Amino acid sequence: MHMADALLSPAVGATLWAGTAAVGGYASKRLKERIDDRLIPLMGVLGAFIFAAQMINFTIPGTGSSGHLGGGMILAVILGPHAAFLVMASVLTVQALFFADGGLLALGCNIWNLGIYPCYLVYPLIYKPLLGKSQKQSRIIIASVTSAVVALQLGSFSVVLETLLSGKSELPFGAFVLLMQPIHLAIGLVEGFVTAGVISYVHGARPDVIESVSSSRPLGDRVSLKKIVITFAVLAVITGGVLSWFASTNPDGLEWAVEKAYGRSELPEKGQGIAPVLKAIQEKTAFLPDYNFKPTGSASEKEEADPGWPGIDAGTSAAGLVGAAIVLGMIVFVGMGIRAFRRRDT
Amino acid sequence: MTFDERYFDIGRLDRLSYKDTCVHRLDPRAKVIATVMFLFTVISFPKYEVVALAPFFLFPVLLMTVGEIPILFIVKKMIIVSPFAIFIGIFNPFLDTRTAVVIAGIPVSAGWLSFLSILLKFALTISAALLLIATTSFPAVCHALRRLGFPALFVSQLLFLYRYLFVLMEEAMRIIRAREMRSFGRRSTGMKVFARLIGTLFLRTVDRADRIYYAMLSRGFQGDVPTLKRSRIAAADLAFMAATVAFLAVFRSFRVTEEIGRIAQELFL
Amino acid sequence: MSHHIVEFKDVFFRYPDGTEALREIHFRIVHGESVGVVGANGAGKSTLLQHMNGYLMPTSGTVTIGDVVLTKKTRREIRKKVGVVFQNPDDQLFMPTVFDDVAFGPLNLGLDEASVRERVHQALSVVRSLDLRDKPPHHLSAGQKSAVAIASVMAMEPDILAMDEPAANLDPRSRRSLITLLKTFKHSKIIASHDLDLILDVCGRCIVMRDGRVVADGPSAEILSDRSLLEENDLELPLSLQRQVMA
Repeated sequence: MHMADALLSPAVGATLWAGTAAVGGYASKRLKERIDDRLIPLMGVLGAFIFAAQMINFTIPGTGSSGHLGGGMILAVILGPHAAFLVMASVLTVQALFFADGGLLALGCNIWNLGIYPCYLVYPLIYKPLLGKSQKQSRIIIASVTSAVVALQLGSFSVVLETLLSGKSELPFGAFVLLMQPIHLAIGLVEGFVTAGVISYVHGARPDVIESVSSSRPLGDRVSLKKIVITFAVLAVITGGVLSWFASTNPDGLEWAVEKAYGRSELPEKGQGIAPVLKAIQEKTAFLPDYNFKPTGSASEKEEADPGWPGIDAGTSAAGLVGAAIVLGMIVFVGMGIRAFRRRDT
Repeated sequence: MTFDERYFDIGRLDRLSYKDTCVHRLDPRAKVIATVMFLFTVISFPKYEVVALAPFFLFPVLLMTVGEIPILFIVKKMIIVSPFAIFIGIFNPFLDTRTAVVIAGIPVSAGWLSFLSILLKFALTISAALLLIATTSFPAVCHALRRLGFPALFVSQLLFLYRYLFVLMEEAMRIIRAREMRSFGRRSTGMKVFARLIGTLFLRTVDRADRIYYAMLSRGFQGDVPTLKRSRIAAADLAFMAATVAFLAVFRSFRVTEEIGRIAQELFL
Repeated sequence: MSHHIVEFKDVFFRYPDGTEALREIHFRIVHGESVGVVGANGAGKSTLLQHMNGYLMPTSGTVTIGDVVLTKKTRREIRKKVGVVFQNPDDQLFMPTVFDDVAFGPLNLGLDEASVRERVHQALSVVRSLDLRDKPPHHLSAGQKSAVAIASVMAMEPDILAMDEPAANLDPRSRRSLITLLKTFKHSKIIASHDLDLILDVCGRCIVMRDGRVVADGPSAEILSDRSLLEENDLELPLSLQRQVMA
């Protein structure tokens, strides 16, 4: 469930990157305040561990399909929220680079969805209270499963929101939610059981390890509920504010900014309200500007909604196709030319 | 993909990044910034844009050919991660059925256009990300991030992650093989076995972290991971950046593809 | 300056779980001496080495390096003098490239950039690995890794080298070149190993350990040819000597 660059609008991508960077900066600062030297290599090696562990598949009972380890929850339990968040961000960065999971712009979203929720929300608000002071296996299972399910539900719901806000997909909200949430409920349950299994195994085999590792974490238990709630409220307001500003200007906010910067987009004279502005920009930037989105049959509603589509021009569409073919042909030619040149060279 | 396939796949990409071509020699900061600008420009195109995206393929193709990166390898990696974007995008043709273009008498719906646009953007963004890491070693990317303002602590542990990635993947592979050898053909790993396997790997990892920490102390570690700055922005880097900016600006602002098409039509028809 | 460069005096060490790992360790090493430490698994060799640069502190007794008694305060000073080479180069080479790894020690010493580069160059050329400088450790062979691990320690210009199983995991040829390399070093050396032939070849003196105690200490040629002493301590004659006996 990695968000992908291709589904993102620049506004949504940039906003989530900004949010993620802010949290990352905060986490680094908090860790630096009272860091134990031991933590840097430990974080790095545990990141590599999560990465390697995620490459191992296991069979989900009764289905025959396979799942893998989530990671965020285990890290939070071992390292505390700040270090766990940074490690999770690193793991996702390496995955984005080496596996191209999602892409680099969507990385902000993915760190948000898979890092912030488990480390900063679910761990302190669900895992710790549910576990309490006991280390009984049943408690570990309940806490881990609940946490994993909630974290993944939040994560997948965010994917839905991020995609819809970006406006590249036609999926209606309800259908999208129905598509994402149940699948992730199942994945969450499995992940939760595996997390519980790993934690109890380590607890049973070497109880000293979890203690010694946790003792080297700087401020494991000092994350207060109040702070989290306030931080999230502030982040939500900022994010909401920025996004709605973009949205009110244009569904593709940055595109509008780019247009402005390039000076191609003039506002219409009768610029009352947002709708005409939107329309004007849409006309300037839509695929082959002179197209008409002709209603097909029953979709007459849409015609009323989009009364301003200009008439169709078969000439332009042909020009686009011919142009694309020529451009791609030239690129292939350039590529092959360089390759041939290189080969002769060596 | 099985564990082994992923392991060799990542190893191959890693090895490519240590090649010595003029793309590899560019300053990593220049490549990181150029890639980010490229990505933003590509996804800034509106939903139904298709033909204007065509010229942007020049960027990955140049990096790939000059950087001597095998094209099939990159394409294969792209296909492996494509399902999510395709899965979400494929709904568009069914939900947005207004006719947008009529090509040779066949009406093409807006949904197909937006789906095609998603696919093109997917190919451009993913190939750009893969080519960044295929032409820049991971440590170099990290140093670039550090000098672009990422927190020192984050970058330090990211470098440790990279250093021990291959070590731990090999360790995981040994554990998996040992298990397979005793499982007598039952291929799949159940949840319980999996948890124990991960637990073992975890314990070994923590022990390793201790040994590494000792090795660091032995060489005077005092809490900071020092490294020497190694790269300086050179004329070639500036030229590369300038060319990228010019390329992106021109093809984002002017509808070059259609103009070429129109000229071609006038010439030949 | 004392010519005793390493001195262990009545050193005892107990792990937090109660295991007595070192008991009454007493020995001196003089300048330029090469000392092998042998013994079965669990005899206390690694624990002994970990006292050399203060990773572990004696429960009682004193460790003196040069003129400095090992304490929590002097630990940092002592780490500059004693270079420890680990058994597993993957633990020793923790930086992402060979250059960064070899530069790690000198940078921590606070040297300026030019001196750091000079030291890295020097150390890598000693182990004939200059061409590896920009490689990441995971692209190196086991032999290359162990050479670079030694370089990373040599770059700190220590007075004493302490090595834990330097030849483990090496193929015969890499092992041979390691031995040749070790022989060229003028440093005082203390090498813990199961590879008795290597000890016989490199070290003039040999210490045998058992259950945390030193049970024998003397010239390697004598100790390592004493079949009954070795067998008592779960060791056996070096292969080179076995051959001589048979012939």
